[in-house]
Parts: sequence; C-alpha cells; structure tokens
Amino acid sequence: MSVKDKVIEIIAEQAVLEPSDVTMESTLEDLGIDSLGLVESIFAIEEAFDISVPFNANEPEQSDFDISSVSSIVAGIEKLVAEQTA
Amino acid sequence: MKRVVITGAGTINALGRGVPATFEAMREGRCGIGELDFRDVERLAIRIGGQVKGYEPEETFNRQQLALYDRFTQFALIAAREAIAQSGLEFHGDMADRSGVVLGTSGGGLTTQDENYRSVYEEGKNRVHPFVVPKLMNNAAASHVSMEFNLRGPTFTVATACASSNHAMGLAFQMVRSGACPAMITGGAESMLCFGGVKAWEGLRVMSKDACRPFSANRNGMVQGEGAGVYVFEDYDHAKARGADILAEVVGFAMTSDAADIVMPSKQGAARAISGALRDGKIDRDEVGYINAHGTGTAANDKTECAAVADAMGPQADRLMISSTKSMHGHCIGGTGAVELLACIMALRDGVIAPTIGHEEFDAECALDVVPNEAREADVSVVLSNAFAFGGLNAVLALRKV
Repeated sequence: MSVKDKVIEIIAEQAVLEPSDVTMESTLEDLGIDSLGLVESIFAIEEAFDISVPFNANEPEQSDFDISSVSSIVAGIEKLVAEQTA
Repeated sequence: MKRVVITGAGTINALGRGVPATFEAMREGRCGIGELDFRDVERLAIRIGGQVKGYEPEETFNRQQLALYDRFTQFALIAAREAIAQSGLEFHGDMADRSGVVLGTSGGGLTTQDENYRSVYEEGKNRVHPFVVPKLMNNAAASHVSMEFNLRGPTFTVATACASSNHAMGLAFQMVRSGACPAMITGGAESMLCFGGVKAWEGLRVMSKDACRPFSANRNGMVQGEGAGVYVFEDYDHAKARGADILAEVVGFAMTSDAADIVMPSKQGAARAISGALRDGKIDRDEVGYINAHGTGTAANDKTECAAVADAMGPQADRLMISSTKSMHGHCIGGTGAVELLACIMALRDGVIAPTIGHEEFDAECALDVVPNEAREADVSVVLSNAFAFGGLNAVLALRKV
C-alpha cells in the first residue's frame, strides 16, 4: 500500500468514512475531524510508518507539518518517510 | 453561616520550599522551570518542567516513613507542617474529632506506580515492595496528614484533574462555613514528573518544549510542575477568640461543569463558575482587583479564559489585573490551585501582584492586564482564583482582605 493510500485509510477510519469518500482536496474540517481526532490520526500515522511527526496542537500553523488538507498531510508524511529511509 | 479565614499556609514547589521563599520568587518574577532530571528523561520529547530541585527526602523523613510516602505525600506533609505550625492550632478532643483534611491530587502516587510498573514489566521482576498500594493510593497524602496531626473528622481526597485543589479547598470552605468543622486542612499535592507521567502528557501534543508563556501571542503550550500547597481554613470566631493571625478570608466558591468536551474548554462553563463565586460571596464585581488565572499557556485555555473573564466581569475586566504564575512554577496539575492561592494571599496581604513571566508578545485574544513580566504593587481587597480542568470541570474561589 502506498503512503498516500495508508494515510487516507487512517484519516477515513478517524472520520468514520470509506477511503473512497476522502479526497485529496478535503480538509479535516470537511471530514468532521476535530482537534482530538487530529491528534489521534497523527498518532496512528506515526505508529504505521514508525516516524515522528513534528506537530504541536498549540501552534498548528507554525509547525513544520501542514495539516490544511489531506494532500498537504500526505505530502508531509511522504517527506518524513523519505527522510527516514534516506 | 460561619465566616471562614485562612490562618496558616505552607508549600513546596519549584520556586522554593516554604511560603516566604515562594513569595520572594513570585515578587522577583523568577522562573523555576528548567531541565528535567529523572531516569529515562532522554527518551522524552519534552524535557523541561517545574521540578522541585535540591530537595533530599532523607533530610526530612526517616527510612520507615519514606517506605510509605510517595513524593506527592512528602510534599503534602511538608506543606501541612508549615501551615499548621503557622496557625498555632493543636488538635485534641472535640476539636480533633470535628476537624479534617481535604486535599486535591490528580495522579496520586504516580511515581510509585511508574517505578513499580517498570520493575515488573521492564525489568521482569516478580516481586514488589509490600507497601506499593498504600503508597500509591490517591488518599495517602490526606491520610498521612490526618495521622500526623490527629485530625479525626472528615478526611478525603478530591480528584478533578487540574481543578482538584480548588474543588478540595471549596469543599473545605463549605464545611467550615456550615459549622460542621471548626477547622479544615486543605489544598493539594502533585508529583507527576517521572518518565511515564510526562510521556502520557506528550501524547496530547499540548506541551511546550521551551517555556510556559501564558497570554503571550507566541505561547506554545503548557509546562508541567510539581509540589504542594496546604492551608488551614478556620472558623473566623474560633480564630479571633484565640488571637490567631489571619492571612485572608475565603468568601465565595462555585463549581460548574461544561458538559461539552473532554479536553476543550468552554467560555460559558468558566464564566458561570466565576459569576457563581461572586454570587456565593456576595461580591460586587467592581470590587475584584486581581484574578489568579488558570493560564496554562496553551492556545485554547488562555483565549477562552480571557473571554470568560470579560463576559463574567463586564467593564471591570479591563480594570482588574490577571496573571498566571504557572509561568514560574509550571502547571502543578492536581496541586496547582493550592500553589497558586499563594499569589492571591500575597496580593491581599502584601499588596504585591505576581507577574505572568515569559510574556513576549501582546495577543489581541488575551487583551486584559496580564501583569507581564514584573510584579506590581497594588491595593486589592477581593481576589479570585480560577481552575478549569480537563473534563470541563471548573472551580473558582474568592478571597477577601481581612
């Protein structure tokens, strides 16, 4: 499974949706994921890829990790996974 | 209804051991937050905290006592000894039978749990010390205080996360006010600064890696502390009759539940608790000169708290001072309201308002007088102490100058 598919699967599970209902343009708000849901999704992503995601709930806009849409999250995770294997 | 006064105070926290040392640090705006020092700290992402440093338990307690006293119990006893000594009270006969102890804590003997789980899970040991249970239980501190001072009346522990101490002190206040108890020993203690304690908090991603900066636009989270604050709450007539030195009067208390979200605070729940404490104490809001804020330094708390204060206090919100001493001693969780009540007593007794240190940038969402960085002299007659816990539980105390 690609990084993108795995991230979408995790986000879909959190949102109680089918992965096919999660588009790359969706925002977490669109999907009904609140701040606790976000923290839980990041935890699940960290566990799935054995990475550390630099995210502080107090300053989401200043974190190195962009959560503005599913595509930005996928891009961020792909980068972290690539850095880890490099 | 009896009037209720505070006739003794005691503490140990990251700013110092004892009330005088803590007052001095608060006046100077000193920061007690630094590098954490305990086993496995290198495996944590968050490595700062308001840890009590330079404290050697063996200098205060003997070997038999230490076998039974978790660090949070040690802190509670140290603070209780100071408070009761200051009050000059002794507990015999009817006075002992009717006086008790209500303390707040969130984690109880968390360090004892952490050490013993490590021993059986990580180190594979199959035997633990026989006193693990009486050492880790949440009521251990309250029970040991009752045993040391012969307090045989109502004694129990309150656990409402970050509002534990305020709930405990509010109940003690009500018990003395109702006439049920001539005196109550109350406050709270916490010691969560161990690997498991901090690791659990890391998970929520609300902790700062560098500093606690309440109300500052660049704040980035809370910083944990540890310690205890313990007080003697006494019937005013009883205190007056024996010529006791009165530190302040406790005049109002209110508690509310947001009934909304397990972690996100609610402006309405907080504002209802503030208004409720004023109503309970028959306080005109224009009398309130200082509020010791919950002020955790998280994005969510500080803006919600400022909005709640603005709602509940009306135009007086722009005239009063509000500061968070968590910037100095860290967030002492279940003991935090008790440590912070010291800032309220200092404001009423000494006319010194403790600052919010680490304040670097004005935040339009926290547009109140947050007493940035430097203590201020001011004559205030009524103060409030806010505590808003995870679980949406709010508890606010009101104190008046005597």
